Amino acid sequence: MATMTMIQALNSALDTMMERDPKVLTYGEDVGYFGGVFKVTEHLQQKYGPRRCFDAPINECGIAATAIGMAVYGLRPVIEIQFADYMYPAYDQLVSEAARIRYRSANDYTVPMTVRMPYGGGIFGGQTHSQSPEALFTHVAGLKTVVPATPYDAKGLLISAIEDDDPVIFLEPKRVYNGPFDGRRDRPVQPWSKHPASEVPEGYYKIPLGKANIVREGNDVTILSYGTMVHVALAAAEDSGIDAEVLDLRTLLPVDIDAIVASVSKTGRCVIVHEATRTSGYGAELSALVQEHCFYHLEAPIQRVTGYDTPYPHALEWEYFPTPPRIIKAMRRVMEG
Amino acid sequence: MSSRKSNALDLHIPAPRARPGDKPDFSGWSFPEPGDTPRPDVDTPAVELRDYAYGLIRVLDMEGNALGPWTPHLQPETLRRGLKYMLLTRAFDDRMYRAQRQGKTSFYMQSFGEEAISVAQALALNPDDMCFPSYRQQGILIARDYPLIEMMHQIYSNARDPMKGRQLPVMYSSKKDGFFTISGNLATQVPQAVGWAMASAYSGDLRIASTWLGEGSTAEGDFHAAMTFAAVYKAPVIINVVNNQWAISSFQGIAGGENTTFAARGVGYGMPPLRVDGNDFLAVYAVTQWAAERARSNMGPTLIEHFSYRAGPHSTSDDPARYRPAEEGRAWPLGDPVERLKTHLISIGEWSEEQHRVAQEEAVETVRATGREAEKVGVLGADGAHTRQSMFEDVYKDVPWHLRQQSEEEAV
Repeated sequence: MATMTMIQALNSALDTMMERDPKVLTYGEDVGYFGGVFKVTEHLQQKYGPRRCFDAPINECGIAATAIGMAVYGLRPVIEIQFADYMYPAYDQLVSEAARIRYRSANDYTVPMTVRMPYGGGIFGGQTHSQSPEALFTHVAGLKTVVPATPYDAKGLLISAIEDDDPVIFLEPKRVYNGPFDGRRDRPVQPWSKHPASEVPEGYYKIPLGKANIVREGNDVTILSYGTMVHVALAAAEDSGIDAEVLDLRTLLPVDIDAIVASVSKTGRCVIVHEATRTSGYGAELSALVQEHCFYHLEAPIQRVTGYDTPYPHALEWEYFPTPPRIIKAMRRVMEG
Repeated sequence: MSSRKSNALDLHIPAPRARPGDKPDFSGWSFPEPGDTPRPDVDTPAVELRDYAYGLIRVLDMEGNALGPWTPHLQPETLRRGLKYMLLTRAFDDRMYRAQRQGKTSFYMQSFGEEAISVAQALALNPDDMCFPSYRQQGILIARDYPLIEMMHQIYSNARDPMKGRQLPVMYSSKKDGFFTISGNLATQVPQAVGWAMASAYSGDLRIASTWLGEGSTAEGDFHAAMTFAAVYKAPVIINVVNNQWAISSFQGIAGGENTTFAARGVGYGMPPLRVDGNDFLAVYAVTQWAAERARSNMGPTLIEHFSYRAGPHSTSDDPARYRPAEEGRAWPLGDPVERLKTHLISIGEWSEEQHRVAQEEAVETVRATGREAEKVGVLGADGAHTRQSMFEDVYKDVPWHLRQQSEEEAV
């Protein structure tokens, strides 16, 4: 075991897989010599050579499309889109191509590729370095969408994603790359080393896709969340005095419906927290699923705490970011219901 | 509208020389004589090849003589095979076009006039080289001896459709034949082919990739992504722009062909830009051989513009007489690829009018007999061709819970 930040854990996952499988290679903008703008691919080029970890032209369409071609050939490419906000030029290749090649060819061709992209705000990145586009992927038949919240999960989930035989969108919550930021801006951010989930095995292990994790057990209200917001939800649970159960979904598609149903059936109350804009966001899907599966257990209307339906505002970032007080307000509302 | 100032800016909207009712006008084009273009060594640096973007590599003259250094010196048997595959492709297109008109399927796309490009290239490549075609390269599958009946099953979306009724007609796929699943989204296959070629090079393989797109789709960003990646990583890939001059109703000027050639796109990327008479079987074969040898020698990609003419409609959904002179195809100065190869074979004493007539009849009869077999299995809309369950398969390797649930919902 070693203590790792999420960046180090992701790097360790790539290292582990490149060591095990010569079919695994990684590339993207600044990914090679420099090791990526967030250093997730640091030292990989030095260790595995430039053919297995290299810089790509600034063309996300080309990065995604060439990875599709490589996956079709039989490799397992892991590409980095430098910021999730930059993925739109690649969107057609991901949605119309990667997602559908197995289906349209009737299983003749498959696309085992992983698309890593840092997402989310809280870093003063403005509109083009802060977005959370998960719903644009969960809406697409043929893609899997994964969001880790801790170093331990990040490594285990990334290895599962790389070994998966379908294309996986791997969204990395960059706000918690270096520590489990919980939205309490008045307190110093804890380093990962003080968090138990920073204990990461050096070697190979997997966390299965499609399985949620109960990060806090409770009886009064279920909070459904993922990525950075898991830590914010935990802080809200702590500050509220309400006995909340916090679920880290980890995989958004296919989502762990059994874990959701079990928890909400027990608590009878549900708050959904994500950073993305609200309308047609992933929370809308979660809300619909809870309503369809748990309606007769619900004691109160489901609440959503999300980013607002605006572009990500630079100077007003902390007005936009769902903080513990906003979550607590929603928790109180469902408790009153 | 207010009167324009004398020095006002003016917006240029390209327009073709001739529209319906006009006489076909190809006077704007000038072509080098067959045999006049030198054949550079395969390892010539791209920077020395720029002029090829603005010329036209031709071997066959209109009397059927093979001239000059690009003559590929093929065995007569290979030429006859090529001709027969072109005849088969044309007969296949003709029947399937009519099948759509008879309501047996929803859609069809012919390759009429462009058969030499697919067939000559399929023969010039190795059988295991990987093809990433667009929707008008059925000649590749046919020249790789893919069963015609499988193509028909696909077009009819019947119970034996290899694509299980999921794809629009003509969107074939055959991994064992090195033929990538066709997308209806244009140019997406081009950077994918580059990625496949990069993977082949990464793996120390010997196979190269080849990909096709129309001149209209070169305007897509995907084409430029492909050119950049192919050039940067010297991917062993051939990028073929089939310039058939028409993208549905838009003439090639709308794609940027008014002031330069499509081959010239290669110049900016430092890629050899070969421009070839796409209706000249021998020339197409020869440039493909050149590009394939270059790719196989780790010297990277080649861009080939095949200058041709789309002699038929874009698809069964448009009537070309509404946007171009009906007789324009017949006026195309570079003729018809089947006629030109036939004339060549006859001129070298390896073919005759009678043999041609017999071969043509054989092709038509093969297609007719195959068509009857395929129609026995079913045409589009036949009940029970595919189970409802099959709709939910192959979205993912394993069926996830939400799809299983949807598949179990009561069918209405």
